[in-house]
Amino acid sequence: MAHNQRGKALNQGNKMIKKENIIFTNLYGNNDVSINSSIKRGDWKNLSKLLKMKKQDVINAIKDSGLRGRGGAGFSTGMKWDFMPKTIGRQHYLVINADEGEPGTCKDRDIMRNEPHKLVEGCLLSGYAIGASKCYVYIRGEFFNEANILQNAIDEAYKKGFLGKNILGSNIDFDIFIHLGSGAYVCGEETALIESLEGKKGQPRLKPPFPANVGVFGMPTTVNNVETIAVIPTILRRGANWFSNLGREKNTGSKIFCISGQVNKPCNVEEELGVPLKYLIQKYAGDVIGGWNNLLAVIPGGSSVPLLPKEDCEEVLMDFDSLKEAGSGLGTGGIIVMNKQTNIVKAIARLSKFYKHESCGQCTPCREGTGWLMRVMDRLAENQCSVEEVEMLEEVTYQIEGHTICALGDAAAWPIQGLLKHFKKDIIKNIQKKNVA
Amino acid sequence: MSESKFKIVAEESIQPIKFSFNKENLSKAKDILKMYPPNYKESSIMPLLSIAQFQNDGWLPKKAIEYVSEFINVPEIKVLEIATFYSMYNLSPVGKYHIEVCTTTPCMLRGSDSMLNLCKKKLGLEIGEVSKDGQFSLSNVECLGACVNAPVVKINENYYEDLDSQSLDTLINKFQSNKPVNHGPQSKRKGTEPRK
Repeated sequence: MAHNQRGKALNQGNKMIKKENIIFTNLYGNNDVSINSSIKRGDWKNLSKLLKMKKQDVINAIKDSGLRGRGGAGFSTGMKWDFMPKTIGRQHYLVINADEGEPGTCKDRDIMRNEPHKLVEGCLLSGYAIGASKCYVYIRGEFFNEANILQNAIDEAYKKGFLGKNILGSNIDFDIFIHLGSGAYVCGEETALIESLEGKKGQPRLKPPFPANVGVFGMPTTVNNVETIAVIPTILRRGANWFSNLGREKNTGSKIFCISGQVNKPCNVEEELGVPLKYLIQKYAGDVIGGWNNLLAVIPGGSSVPLLPKEDCEEVLMDFDSLKEAGSGLGTGGIIVMNKQTNIVKAIARLSKFYKHESCGQCTPCREGTGWLMRVMDRLAENQCSVEEVEMLEEVTYQIEGHTICALGDAAAWPIQGLLKHFKKDIIKNIQKKNVA
Repeated sequence: MSESKFKIVAEESIQPIKFSFNKENLSKAKDILKMYPPNYKESSIMPLLSIAQFQNDGWLPKKAIEYVSEFINVPEIKVLEIATFYSMYNLSPVGKYHIEVCTTTPCMLRGSDSMLNLCKKKLGLEIGEVSKDGQFSLSNVECLGACVNAPVVKINENYYEDLDSQSLDTLINKFQSNKPVNHGPQSKRKGTEPRK
């Protein structure tokens, strides 16, 4: 849909996503999560028919739907699946990344506790497509209750014969295991997650080899985010075409957005990709505290992406390509709103502390750099830095970015780069004001 | 990775002289071993440490680390490495109620600093301390992943969300007087839907 059409829809006060297109109908947990209740909502429907599809047809359907990974990178899910070896000589694994910890993001938690059967069924169908008969769901350790709910859903599915050996007479075997993490953000990186699953410190691996060839336990592995997998059954049931008609070209489908920070009604909401940021904040989150004109900046895709100042928030659409064009990213869809009462340097400095805490210590630029960034950002928040140090701060972020094994180094650099790109003038003015005084 | 005081190995005087799984956990542990390929015993380290910590009132004594290493026959250093790398394993005692206040940016924007100060003042504790009666311990943690319900505090396994000074104060009162508490949002909403 073209940009102006969306604008029109907005002016008419239309809700972007039609009710019948919402995938996560129990996102808020208004209904119970038992398997029978989930079946009534459409989960597990025609399972034996779906399992009769050819593996490559499932992969092609997901490719055609245009689904892009919901964990942050936004890579085509169908293409990722296609990287898996097609001959099954070795054990293939599907690993679900439920190590949700990106500040601003809390969507996978809702899926696990309120729509667990969408995830369990998604595991089965996705695992079937990539030739995996075993699946591990790696859940962050803090989500103890959510893991229990998911385990209960898995047990229910075994009892109904939807998991286990020879599922509904299809000759397909599938097992799901839950592995609880224990508090390490970096394990959300797929190779760190694999290391952790093997009982090691969560330190990312060098690629190649890619997990599709050498993954967990040395076997071909696909790692997908919870939300990506949980939408698979609905796409297969309603058709690739249905999904690709939602959202925008190359940014298809709907997605759960998490709107946090200084809004009147922080919430999670499912909307079509390409929904205007302003609409999301005003329509669902009850607007910025103090009104739209009191907005200072928004981090649109979880803490790792650069912030957008108010003027960029007026028109920007919430999808992968629009946000990239605007100099940020969709990431996980975690929208952190900051109003004019925020000390924005302090808010970003707190993120620097986060990345310092979560650096795994493997690569020198990240291990040393995140600590350095944190210390300078803390002083900057107190207005204790010189103008030269601000320049140096910017330079150091570019020395970290792209020079580490995983993206945690980039993630530590980007929020500061975003801050300096849009607020450097104000920061320097502040320093000069202090110097005059 | 973590600079929490609970990551410092407890002094000898309070280390128990032995540790072994109780009957229930022994059977859980055997099930855990079956989840992974037989040649990847190390995969069990994390879940085994978690149940050991749960059994030992929320912290891992040296003997538990030794026990887990013997249980699956891997070198003790591999187990210790896991116990120190991952922030949820505590190597020194915590309170009966271990309070973890999320202070990362989304919570900070909704007042988590004052939540932390309230805890400090009310319990008379600094970060990393345990109360003398062993009832409470206080820690600040990184993003708990419940950002639209900020500010959030985790007490043992449960999240307490949508907090403000009043509801947090009430909550701690209830813990202090051993009254029943409901976890989840302390506001009028059920989950992550917009407040009415």
